[in-house]
Amino acid sequence: MSIPFFVISALTVAGGLAAMTLKNTVHCALALSVAFAGIALLFLSLDAQFAGFAQILIYIGAVAILVVFAILLTRGSETPTDGVHSGTWLVGLAIAAAVFAVLGWAVLASAPGLHDEAAAPVVTVRDIGNALMGRYVLPLEIVALLLTAATIGAVIVAMHEKARTK
Amino acid sequence: MAATIDQIWIFFLHWLVGFLPAAWQHAAAVVLCVAAIIAVFCTLFALAVLMERKGLGRMQNRYGPNRVGIFGILQPVADGIKALIKEDVVPFRADAVVHFLAPVVLVVTVFMGYAVLPMGRHMVLVDMDAGLLFFFAMGAATELSVFMAGWSSRNKYSLLGAMRAIAQMISYEVVLLLASIAVVMIAGTLSLPKIVDAQASYSGIFPHWYVFTPWGLAGFLIFVIASTAETNRSPFDLPEGESEIVAGYFTEYSGFKFALFFLGEYVEMLAVAGLGTTLFLGGWSAPLSVLNVLPSWFWFFLKVMLWICFFIWLRGTLPRLRQDQLMNFAWKFALPFTLLNLVVTALWRILGPGWEQWVFCTAILAAAYVFMSLVGFRANRVGPRRYRYAE
Repeated sequence: MSIPFFVISALTVAGGLAAMTLKNTVHCALALSVAFAGIALLFLSLDAQFAGFAQILIYIGAVAILVVFAILLTRGSETPTDGVHSGTWLVGLAIAAAVFAVLGWAVLASAPGLHDEAAAPVVTVRDIGNALMGRYVLPLEIVALLLTAATIGAVIVAMHEKARTK
Repeated sequence: MAATIDQIWIFFLHWLVGFLPAAWQHAAAVVLCVAAIIAVFCTLFALAVLMERKGLGRMQNRYGPNRVGIFGILQPVADGIKALIKEDVVPFRADAVVHFLAPVVLVVTVFMGYAVLPMGRHMVLVDMDAGLLFFFAMGAATELSVFMAGWSSRNKYSLLGAMRAIAQMISYEVVLLLASIAVVMIAGTLSLPKIVDAQASYSGIFPHWYVFTPWGLAGFLIFVIASTAETNRSPFDLPEGESEIVAGYFTEYSGFKFALFFLGEYVEMLAVAGLGTTLFLGGWSAPLSVLNVLPSWFWFFLKVMLWICFFIWLRGTLPRLRQDQLMNFAWKFALPFTLLNLVVTALWRILGPGWEQWVFCTAILAAAYVFMSLVGFRANRVGPRRYRYAE
C-alpha cells in the first residue's frame, strides 16, 4: 500500500463511478476506458507487465472501441438536454454493488487456498508464453475456435443483410 | 575513437548527472533522457515536414516553401509560431472537455512508444521484457483519441473521418502485429534491444538483418504497407482525404490543437519507422561491417529518415484508394498472407540452417503470392484497360 497505489485506485474507481452515473453514453464509454487504464496501471505496479500491456491493448484498443462503435451505430449517442447524471444511477449503483459483492466474496473465499509467498514471483513474458503453449494449450485453442466461429458468424450475418437489401 | 563517439550521448549523460548528489542521479537521468527524446523527435518532426513540403513540391513541379530563411529552412519555425498565436476556436456545440483531451491523449500515447525503441547501442530508455507489446499497446490507445476528436467535434465530416480512421487502424493493426510476430518467433524475445542484438552480426561484410530472409522480406513488405495505413498516410489517407471530408477527424481543430494533431501524426510516423527499422532493418547496426566506424545512433536515425523519405515519395506518387479496396486488401490479401508467413517462419526455424530452408520458404511464399494475386485479379476483373473513343 503506497501512494501510487492510492492514486491509481482513486483514478480507477472514479472512472468506474463516472461510467455508471453519467448520462451521455459516449462519456460513459470513455470513462470506462479510464477505468481500464487504471486497472492496467495496477497490473504494472504489481510487476505484471504482460497482463498490464494486454489489458491496454485489448480493453482500450479493442473493447472500448467496440463499445463506442456499438453506441454510435445504435443511436444511443444523442446528447441529453438536461443534467449530466443518468436518471437511473440508483439502479446502476445497485447492480454494480451486487457485482462487486459477488466478486469480493469470490476473492475472499479463495484467499485461504493461496499459500503465502515471501517475495513476489518473477514471471517473464517467456514463462507466460510457455505456459500458454504447453500446459494451457487446450483452453487457448478452444478460445481461438470460439472466436473464429464468432467472426465467421458475424460475417455471415452481415452477408445476409447485404443480400436482403438487393 | 569510434567506440567513444558511438557512446558519446551516454558519456554526456553521465557527465551531466555527475554534478548532482547520488540520490537524485537516477531520476535526473530519466528526466534528461525523456527531454532528449522529445527534443530530438520534435526536431525530426520539423525536418520531416520541411522535407515533405520541399519534396512534394519538387514532385509536383513547384518550389515548395522558399521564403523563410535560406531555401525556406525556417518554414517549420514560422508554422509553429503561427499555430501558437492563432485563435483556438472550439465549436459551439462541441463537447469541450473531450475536444480538449483528444490531442493531448494522442501526443502523450504516441511519445510513450519511444520509451522502448533502441536508438543506438545501449541507447534505450526502458529495456522492457515486453517492449514490443508495450509499443503496440500505446499504438492501440491512439485509436481512442482519434475517436474522441471525431466524436466531440459534432461535425459530420469529423465523425466520418474518425469512423474511417478507426476501421482502417483496427484492420491494419492486426496485420502489423502479425508481421512483427514473425520476428519475435525467430528472435525469441519481445525486447526490442535484444531483437537488434540478434541482427547485429555479420557474415563477411554482410549483416544478418531479418529483411534478407524470405520470411523477413515478406514480413517487411507487409509491415511497410500496414504502417503506411496505420499512420493514415497516402495512399491510405482516406480518414483525412481533403477532397472528400475536409480534414477528417481534426476538421474542427484550430491553432495549437491542430498543431498537436499534426505533431502526433508525424511523430507516430517516425515511431513506426523506428519500429520497422528495429524489427527488420537491424536497428542501429551498420549495413556493412566496414561501416561500423560510424556511430550506431547515426545509422538508426539515417534509416528512420530514409523510411520517411520513402513515405513522402509514396505520397507524391500514388492516388488514394477507395474504402472497399482498402478493406479488401487488408482482410483478403494481407491477413492471409501474414498468417502464411507465420507458418513459413515456423518452418524456417524447424528446418534449421542449410539450403533447404531458403529454397522451401522462398518457394512457398512466392507460390502463395502469385496464386493470391491471380485469384485477386480475376475476382476484380483487372486487366489491360481498353479505351473506347467515340466510335
